[in-house]
Amino acid sequence: MAVQPPVAQDVRRTMIAAILLGIGFMAAIDEIIFHQLLAWHHFIDTGSTALALASDGILHTMELVLFIVGAFMMIELHGRRAQAPGYRGPGFLLGMGGFQTFDGIVDHKILGLHQVRYVEHVWLYDIAWIGAGLILLAIGWKLLQRARQGQATSQH
Amino acid sequence: MTSHSSLHDTTMTMGATSAVALLLIALVWLAYLSGVWRTRRQKPWPWWRTLLFTAGCATLAVAFWPSLMHAAHQDVRMHMVVHLLLGMFAPLGLVFATPMTLLLRNLPSGGGRRLVRFLGTWPMRVLTHPVTAAILDIGGMYLLYMTSLYAHSLHTPWLSNVLHLHFVISGALFTWAIAGPDPAPHRPGWRTRMAVLFIAMAAHATLGKLLYAFGFPRGTGADIEELQQAAVWMYYWGDLAEAVLVAVLMLAWLRRRRRMARPAGAASDMRPS
Repeated sequence: MAVQPPVAQDVRRTMIAAILLGIGFMAAIDEIIFHQLLAWHHFIDTGSTALALASDGILHTMELVLFIVGAFMMIELHGRRAQAPGYRGPGFLLGMGGFQTFDGIVDHKILGLHQVRYVEHVWLYDIAWIGAGLILLAIGWKLLQRARQGQATSQH
Repeated sequence: MTSHSSLHDTTMTMGATSAVALLLIALVWLAYLSGVWRTRRQKPWPWWRTLLFTAGCATLAVAFWPSLMHAAHQDVRMHMVVHLLLGMFAPLGLVFATPMTLLLRNLPSGGGRRLVRFLGTWPMRVLTHPVTAAILDIGGMYLLYMTSLYAHSLHTPWLSNVLHLHFVISGALFTWAIAGPDPAPHRPGWRTRMAVLFIAMAAHATLGKLLYAFGFPRGTGADIEELQQAAVWMYYWGDLAEAVLVAVLMLAWLRRRRRMARPAGAASDMRPS
């Protein structure tokens, strides 16, 4: 039989903090691996409009600020032993998948800030990029259902 | 006047600027140290604050070092390095060393009261408001890099000196207005400061992308690759300095939440929420 969770668990805040950390983590992977190490992405495509650049600036700042906010929220929850254990993983994966999907559709396709890679058949990369996001979302969703039923591994 | 002799003039003026700046930095640093030494018998001054001030002064000194100043005059990438050191990194050290608190400790009580009253006058309150500070700091950068001001400053030594001074003062003012640890009774609340910081960061990131995409600052004769490298450095290194400010604001949030949680926990039987 599952152990009853302590009363003080704060599921909502744990989810929010984990989602923020997931968004920031995926954005960091994007910046470090795809922009810097592999250099597949361009910093910005020079054909972009000033409006697209401004929305990119706002999004980038949100990623950075939300990551720091998420980290401090997690520290605060940890300090009063209010983290809801089963919800950290799903929140993190939902944040990662949500960012990846958003990045693939809005940044790459709608705003046209830069492409995944500058090769022929870029649509193959787009499908892989957005597909990876959707898979992360699906796993996160599945784990969230298990946590809600009290069946997450970290809840035992 | 031939171009050679004007170049020679610029070199001479830069040498003078370096010498004066380094002297001033040394004097300010010594003043801080003597302030710490004079009041050592009161409450001991935290050693890490002295260390921060030293690091801030050292950062300024590096930025004003003659060889770096010459390189920055030739190369827009080196200019960006100087800009980051003066406007973003040195202020972190200088402001978090709480020089105002140290000054108040060293002033006789009458002088301290006058200083506090002066800081409370409305022109000072407008000047030190986070919105004003953000406009002076980030707005100044838009003005410098998106207009011909930067190209103009390369041939006008006094303008170049004013710009360097502006970087330091507006950077320190912004850092202090957003997250300065000195007591500031008239400072707006946490939310306002976080919102202003967010907008300033987004404006800074957008400026980095604008410089890259449209090849600013113009009229310098620099390659597009050099301009783009400068823009990328401004974007990522700027992030790092701004992330420190976000973390300092979040640390204040964490402390306040923990302070509020303690009495609330004791009284939770009476007032369930």
